[in-house]
Amino acid sequence: MNLAELQKKLIAAARTNTPGDGVPYAFEKRIMALLPSRTTTDNLVLWARGLWQAAASSVAIALMLGAWVFFNPTSGANASDLSQNFENTLLAAVDQNLQTQ
Amino acid sequence: MERTEAELISAVLKGNAASFEPLVQKYSPRVFSTARRYARRESEVEDIAQEAWLKAFKKLGSFRGEAPFEHWLMRLTVRTCYDFLRRHQRNRESAFSDLTEPESDWLEHFMTQPEAVSENTDAARLLVARILERLSPPARLIITLLEIEDRSVKEIAALTGWSVPLVKVRAFRARAEMRKILAKLPKDKYL
Repeated sequence: MNLAELQKKLIAAARTNTPGDGVPYAFEKRIMALLPSRTTTDNLVLWARGLWQAAASSVAIALMLGAWVFFNPTSGANASDLSQNFENTLLAAVDQNLQTQ
Repeated sequence: MERTEAELISAVLKGNAASFEPLVQKYSPRVFSTARRYARRESEVEDIAQEAWLKAFKKLGSFRGEAPFEHWLMRLTVRTCYDFLRRHQRNRESAFSDLTEPESDWLEHFMTQPEAVSENTDAARLLVARILERLSPPARLIITLLEIEDRSVKEIAALTGWSVPLVKVRAFRARAEMRKILAKLPKDKYL
């Protein structure tokens, strides 16, 4: 038997057999029902998006405050008053002890 | 207004799974047609199509939009078919003793008048389907794509993910494997 010829004939036979492209009824609905739920992913995405937005606004506020401090330095007198008052308050108890001795 | 494929894909990637449905509707005929080349039972065809679409949804993020969506989907479908073939190799060792009468008649006719026998008969189609089922998964994939669908080696390489030299080697082996199977046809009757 001529195997090459037989092979040729059978391949030609297979070529004449074009498969159908019919799709079962409501196949797309079945696929949609089987799609993995994205609820968990959505929550994670929302959470991550919220965090990024918070980080961005925090950086913006920090930059604004930095700029404000840089461009509007408090006067030297006021600054020393503030530090002096802070120091006095903090060391008030020590000062009181020294005075009583 | 109808949304474009790119818009639908973008919407799915943003979490709108419902936008996947028009894609399934549009391309399922192609997916089913491809799956029917590799599976005979309709339940198996549906399983392949379903698996291909679920993979497509899962891997949609890897679609870069450089080639048409259909090409990307066909690559995925062909690879799903190949996986199916590898999982279902049950019929490969079946004997040719159970040839139907029309198949035997066709072979006998071929023996007597090879040129006169028509390939456009149900018997020839059934016989070739039987022979394709006995091929190994890579051989069947290659014979289908190269010989039956008449695709180029380059196209097959793109569809399967194999290199061009590997496709050539597998094509050579597949033809030899097919001839070996044909040689196993009942010798006492046809040789």
